[in-house]
Amino acid sequence: MSALLEVRNLETYYGPIMAIRGVSIEVHQGKVVSVLGANGAGKTTLLKTISGIMDPEKGRVIFEGEEIQGREPHHIVRRGIVQVPEGREVFPLLTVEENLSLGAYTRSDTAAIAQSRDLVFEYFPILKERRRQEAGTLSGGQQQMLAIGRGLMLKPKIMLLDEPSLGLSPLLTQEIFDILKRLNRDEGVTMLVVEQNAAVALDLADQGYVMELGRIVMSDTAERLAASEDIQSFYLGHANEGARGERRWKKKKTWR
Amino acid sequence: MEIMQLLLSGLANGCVYGLIALGFVLIYKATEAVNFAQGDFMMLGAFVMIGLVNTHFLGINFWIAVPLALLIMGALGYLLDITLLRSLFGQNQVAIVILTISLGFVIRFAAGAIWGHEPLNLQSPLALGDVRVGGAVISMADLAVIIVTVLLTIFLWQFFQRTKLGLAMQASSQNQMAAYYMGIPVKRVQGAVWALSAIVACIAGILYASKGAMDVSAGFIGIKAFAAAVIGGFGSLPGALLGGLIVGVIEPFASRYLPSGYSQLAPYTILILVLIFRPHGLFAQVRTKKV
Repeated sequence: MSALLEVRNLETYYGPIMAIRGVSIEVHQGKVVSVLGANGAGKTTLLKTISGIMDPEKGRVIFEGEEIQGREPHHIVRRGIVQVPEGREVFPLLTVEENLSLGAYTRSDTAAIAQSRDLVFEYFPILKERRRQEAGTLSGGQQQMLAIGRGLMLKPKIMLLDEPSLGLSPLLTQEIFDILKRLNRDEGVTMLVVEQNAAVALDLADQGYVMELGRIVMSDTAERLAASEDIQSFYLGHANEGARGERRWKKKKTWR
Repeated sequence: MEIMQLLLSGLANGCVYGLIALGFVLIYKATEAVNFAQGDFMMLGAFVMIGLVNTHFLGINFWIAVPLALLIMGALGYLLDITLLRSLFGQNQVAIVILTISLGFVIRFAAGAIWGHEPLNLQSPLALGDVRVGGAVISMADLAVIIVTVLLTIFLWQFFQRTKLGLAMQASSQNQMAAYYMGIPVKRVQGAVWALSAIVACIAGILYASKGAMDVSAGFIGIKAFAAAVIGGFGSLPGALLGGLIVGVIEPFASRYLPSGYSQLAPYTILILVLIFRPHGLFAQVRTKKV
């Protein structure tokens, strides 16, 4: 089966700096794919290139069999790709409801939009409670929920989630990821999740990639990645016990 | 009674300042650029109208000319955005400031070349004489200015609250990046904002020209309108109108009760006081982002 979204040898620059150095990933219909990596690995750039905010220098982005790299963002959103940006970028002076209706900006069927709204309120009841409140007055966790809910309003074929755990408490992070899991399982929403928090991301995902300095350095099923020694030591924070019971700080990752 | 009289004439002027200030704020909110040619847009709008209506130019009926003038100015605003402004996209703010200031000069000289540098009166059915309100006298033109401003404010408010385009304009101004993520064609929306603010400026111009003679340097009241926008809190639409009213009302009182020479300073004194005591303006819409 061919992938819903396929990225092939993508290269994107920030001015003279090469942020992505030939990345290839695949996301299949109904699956969740996680891209792990530290700050500056190029994860956000990857998502921005897919959603058309940035143009790649080389490589291809193929969605439903068609090349979409370098298209204007609103063309790409119309195709059903929505990015939930990092850091809860809501519209602060608009109400929760207005924020949600902007998520459906490219749709025109009012009945279907109302259905999506009900779905969002079902998964995020707090948003229903606060529907008339200005988004800027919500708490951080609620703003993240609003950003995800706003993305759902497109009835997307794929959701690109940029660090949904950023700045949230472990408890809230767990709550958000539980909701994402239910959305994937019950509504069949396909997701590409970029995360630093490897534990929650791998728990949610079917497939995982590890990115470092603009390259994919590992790729496997989420289970096998979570079990691998490299991920355990560098992303999940399990200490390496050396022969003498000391932590071996200088242990190299296998891909270096 | 004298106070009532001063208040009324101040309000009418204030409405014109408020409308120009509204144009400043619309563009600033949507594109983070300050259009220093806004006063000249107003002047140009007035002259386009004079060119259409006055008998020694085209002599078109006033009520047919109004939508025509608004259309011409709206198209001009949109074209300016997609040609000049968009070519400076991503450039320093200073570049845009210099561009709009020079744009103001160009408009002024172009208008002078077309319509001459002599003051002209718009043959407006609004300039019809006076109405008595209590003991005070208000000209029909002033009354029309106030009524049109109130109606336009209500219209704009509804437009921003209820229409998809209005909501998209608010969204692009509050968080441009997120607007891109929602699939809003931000650049096209910004073009629409330029068109809208040119239309508002044109309405201000028609009203201002109905109150008295226009000449090509009338755009300089843009400076007072800029002060009004800052007083109201740059970025707030009701603030811009209120700031315009404050500046408009202060002026006749200052020239009545202060020694001549000092009265001209009054609006700017208020501006400085506001900047010292409420630096974000009277209607600040500044919220810090939660982390």
